[in-house]
Amino acid sequence: MSTLDAFCKWLAAMPLSHAIANVGWIIPAVQTVHILAVASVLTAVLMIDRRLLQVGAREPSMLWVARRFLPFIWWPLPVLLVTGMTLIVGEPDRTLKNPEFFLKMGLLLAAVMVTLVFQIPLGRDPDFWHRQPARRWAARLLAIASLLLFAGIAIAGRWIAYTQST
Amino acid sequence: MLQQFLQALQDSALGTAIREGESLFPWIESMHVLAVTLVIGSVTIVDLRLLGLASRDRSVLQMTAFALPVTWSAFAIAVITGTLMFSSNALAYARNPFLQAKLLLIIGAGLNMAIYHLYLSRGAAAWLAPAQTPRRARVAGAISLAMWIAIAACGRWIGFTLHALP
Repeated sequence: MSTLDAFCKWLAAMPLSHAIANVGWIIPAVQTVHILAVASVLTAVLMIDRRLLQVGAREPSMLWVARRFLPFIWWPLPVLLVTGMTLIVGEPDRTLKNPEFFLKMGLLLAAVMVTLVFQIPLGRDPDFWHRQPARRWAARLLAIASLLLFAGIAIAGRWIAYTQST
Repeated sequence: MLQQFLQALQDSALGTAIREGESLFPWIESMHVLAVTLVIGSVTIVDLRLLGLASRDRSVLQMTAFALPVTWSAFAIAVITGTLMFSSNALAYARNPFLQAKLLLIIGAGLNMAIYHLYLSRGAAAWLAPAQTPRRARVAGAISLAMWIAIAACGRWIGFTLHALP
């Protein structure tokens, strides 16, 4: 038996896992909270990225949009972590042995890095992404990468339900 | 009459293709989730401004102009993808209480929004500071927020109850 099998068995044997899996309303309720936190992240990402791509409203300014919406990317992450871990404890085989789950985690790591690459220079210099044409193009590329990565996270998340664990 | 229509819908080439296809349904559902999260997130931007909880340095009108184009585009995608999923199993969806509740709540949220825009938002051009948002606008924002959270919950519950019902 692999370590992963043993770990999944150990999780599934916990009374907490039984409770999550067998009390009918817990998983849909936790998924609802998870998806509302996802709504905050995806909307904040879209608002920042469409400003970077200069699609739609020119006002408010990019700095205002970044300041207003970056917290709505970071704040929900602990909520997503707690609700996501609850779903794993309830159904360890369905998640930890699922390729879509690991794809989702990989995309999440990349999305967090892209967000930090945008945010950290902006924190030091509010005009950082405007100063040179090359930087403006870099910001647009970051925006497209960010949109694709965050959409990929949500899509992979939904596909966990449809992929057989290996 | 309605039963015949629903039967014809799920027997249609489209309904059959979505029901029997390997990956059509999960892809449509993924797009539905993306669209719904953006509807809820963008509506929340307006609701939080009406409540005076966020975007306090921008006027209510600026925030509706900023957020509502996203709401409407995403809502159109959510309706199309939702209808496609419905067509794959129309009879079962039509009698699912959570789908019925979800549709009623969407109508309720639409009415709340229409009443706000037609009557309650009179004088909104002058609502610049958060303290200037009148009680009627704060109530409309709170109702909207509560309804959209309930809509997300109903949507998630449909997936857990569709096949459990006779």
